[in-house]
Amino acid sequence: MSTTNSPVALPPTKGARAAGATADYLDQRTGIGSAVKEFARKTFPDHWSFLLGEIALYSFVVLLISGFFLTMFFVPSMTEVHYDGPWATMQGVQMSEAFASTLRLSFEVRGGLLMRQIHHWAALIFMAAIVTHMMRVFFTGAFRKPREVNWVVGFTLLILGLAAGFSGYSLPDDVLSGNGLRITDGVVRAIPIIGSYMSFFLFGGEFPGQDLIPRLFTLHVLVVPGLILALIGLHLFFVVLHKHTQYPGSGRSDKNVVGYPLFPIYVAKAGGFFFIVFAVIALLAATMTINPVWNYGPYDPSPVSAGAQPDWYMLFLEGALRLMPGQTEWVIGQYTLSLNVLIPAMVVPGVLFTGLALFPFIEAAATGDKREHHVLDRPRNAPFRTAFGVSLLTAFFVLILAGSNDLIATHFHMSINDITVAFRVLLFVGPAIAFILTKRLCLALQRKDRELVLHGHETGRIVRFASGEYIEVHKPLDAHERWLRVQHTPRRPIEIEPAEDSRGVRRTGYRVDRIRQRLSQMFYEDRIEPVTPAELAAAQSHGGHDALPAAHEEREALTAGATGGGTHLTSQEHEPTGETRP
Amino acid sequence: MSIHDPAPEATTDNSLVLREDGTYPERFEDPGHPEHHDRMGDNDPKANKKAERQVVFFFVLSVIATIGFLVAYFAIPPGETPESMRLSNFLLGIGLAVSLLGIGIAAVHWAKALMNDHEKSEERHPQQSSPEVREAAVDALREGAKDSGISRRGALKGAMVGSLALFPLAIAVPLVASIGEDWNVSLFKRTLWKRGTKLTIDPSGRPIKAADVTIGSVVHVIPEGLEDAPHPLDEKAKAVVLLVRLDPRDLKEADDRVGWSYDGIVAYSKICTHVGCPVALYEQQTHHLLCPCHQSTFDVADGAKVVFGPAKRALPQLPIAVDDEGYLVAQDGFSEPVGPSFWERLT
Repeated sequence: MSTTNSPVALPPTKGARAAGATADYLDQRTGIGSAVKEFARKTFPDHWSFLLGEIALYSFVVLLISGFFLTMFFVPSMTEVHYDGPWATMQGVQMSEAFASTLRLSFEVRGGLLMRQIHHWAALIFMAAIVTHMMRVFFTGAFRKPREVNWVVGFTLLILGLAAGFSGYSLPDDVLSGNGLRITDGVVRAIPIIGSYMSFFLFGGEFPGQDLIPRLFTLHVLVVPGLILALIGLHLFFVVLHKHTQYPGSGRSDKNVVGYPLFPIYVAKAGGFFFIVFAVIALLAATMTINPVWNYGPYDPSPVSAGAQPDWYMLFLEGALRLMPGQTEWVIGQYTLSLNVLIPAMVVPGVLFTGLALFPFIEAAATGDKREHHVLDRPRNAPFRTAFGVSLLTAFFVLILAGSNDLIATHFHMSINDITVAFRVLLFVGPAIAFILTKRLCLALQRKDRELVLHGHETGRIVRFASGEYIEVHKPLDAHERWLRVQHTPRRPIEIEPAEDSRGVRRTGYRVDRIRQRLSQMFYEDRIEPVTPAELAAAQSHGGHDALPAAHEEREALTAGATGGGTHLTSQEHEPTGETRP
Repeated sequence: MSIHDPAPEATTDNSLVLREDGTYPERFEDPGHPEHHDRMGDNDPKANKKAERQVVFFFVLSVIATIGFLVAYFAIPPGETPESMRLSNFLLGIGLAVSLLGIGIAAVHWAKALMNDHEKSEERHPQQSSPEVREAAVDALREGAKDSGISRRGALKGAMVGSLALFPLAIAVPLVASIGEDWNVSLFKRTLWKRGTKLTIDPSGRPIKAADVTIGSVVHVIPEGLEDAPHPLDEKAKAVVLLVRLDPRDLKEADDRVGWSYDGIVAYSKICTHVGCPVALYEQQTHHLLCPCHQSTFDVADGAKVVFGPAKRALPQLPIAVDDEGYLVAQDGFSEPVGPSFWERLT
């Protein structure tokens, strides 16, 4: 244990005196003392799933560091040059300065290739961390009051992350990303009425033009990261303001936060974790080639490679484009409406993202609950939400797979047409099946929780009594195990005022209430409620096979040495004794 | 750190407590914080010392790796060959990764093994401010509004809103006016192809003799004089063509397109009518042309009509002929705009 705080005051060392003087100087000018007092020992709860957001934050820092390095050497220009450098296959090839400088910073700047690969890997991990962090927040209900606003901030960060990724990925002006931009142009043109003008707006005239790379560069290094940085600041400010959520457990409630102090525990743990995230990214960059543009070649509107996939976070859009049947392009009068492009590229992400952004508000309306929530839900205790989230993810993953249908076809020697048709069906059937399965699974897990609370762990010990009766000894849950399974408040469909009052007058606002009630029923009609003390008492006094009064004494002796039912929460030292209470 | 929390004393006692009136409460009681378990190093100075040594080891490992990185940087340049470049990248990356990993593991291990691991509990307070504060806030706003007199001065309010709403135009108008160059979207409908333009090979620009094109072969084609255009890449993005020679007996030609091909040679725009990828995968056996981006499939033998995928329209056909010297030339430009659909495509 700590012995450094010796009661005898030692003369301060030189370092301590310097630190004290600096602190005094700063405090006299900024009053920083009160901030340190407030935040140094601030408590944060601990859980591995809270690290997902940290990974997003740290990979963004890695992006800033490596991105700064790259801007020192990258030339955002579409001026045509002829390559002259060490990469033999590109010798003399005509290319834009953007592509030539990408080759130069990869092959001639020492450590440049490493930084470029770090930057790209960090971008992929940044998006993956954002998405998984969002899944954690969604499935645990961390978006509930008071955190709805922060959910929207996080959602905006997701969109900005997509924008940052797409704008950066296109900068080297290689043939793969160039075709991605061409697809973007095709999608933009499909927008009714203003589509052609939007295309000119983006490209400064016709595709590909001379302006796109410099424009994307400004977006990528200034506008988008600036916004991301500002919103990360806001996101973290809210985390501090609201204090972090915590998983349910004994001693944790909506009124407290249980965990470790920021200084020194999280300074060391979170600070150390930054280095670990950076190290893993560096390891990926050292050992795995990513986006080898030197093999693709500079952008040229004519060639294209087969098996061309965008970065993973764009793949769902690509998949949607691939699945949509072409028959949906209409000509109205003399105007063309390309629903075969608009639906997959605008409507599908529109629905997906709007549903995601608004979910906290929809759930709040269905729940009719105005309290603050700081204890997280176990996903099983919110069956509708969990099932909805899983079905949304299923649709997302079907689209990702559809975006790789050509690779599936070549790897598994299947017909690409059959795969595409199968995915078209799966896009609708998959989420529906996922929804039903997940909801049933959640309800089953809740039943299992009830079963455990009411009857305890099975011990696997069969005992025969003098009367000839056999029983299996069950070991009741200790108070902590039990609390985890009964702590949540049951959520029920909301009740509304009747349509007519006592005098038969129709009430205004009934329609809206009725819609809300329907919504609420959709959320909470099927539910399993946690065990109440009265139910447990009833189960113990007459329902349970452990609770036969005649066998009481005999059983007491047996259960004293019973082993736990396989959960680590049981501790031998606190073996309960009075488990039956008639 | 001690637990200063209103929650009841930590207990694992799971007995049910009756209320005074003899009924059970509606909810279970929170049993309070579980008991803290000491780590080995908390009671055993040897284990404690060992953990400390491990932390020191990882910090030292980081120092060594950084030195290794610098050695690799100066001693092993990327060189001129892919192998030497890969080696340089690998050594620098490993050096950096181990240097970072050492610090990371050391810090986390220090926190987990050596720092105080007693959880503490802090109270939360409702987010909303107290009624008094709210009232004071409303008063402050009301007072400020009164001071400004905004509610009484309608003309002033209108003028202010008007000026604020209009001034962004001074930035937006010049920006929007210039950002799309000349906004001449009718350029989408024009390509370099016109009557007599020679078909040349992409990218060399050599003209193509009809006799040199064998049955089943595919030629990627650009119009003659592409390099001399003001914006060659913009023109190429619209003008690329795919030339295929089929057995004339396989070719199905629509009545209005008779004579657009030459002895089984047909030429179609290479720009997909879906979202504009180059349609570059030709399957000789089926005469199908596949877009590698979204798998729209076109039948070259039958007017490049769509047989599968997200595209709706056939690829536009370039009518071709042969000039006096036997070179392939365009009979005329495309009869419809090439590439993806847009709103005013048919106007």
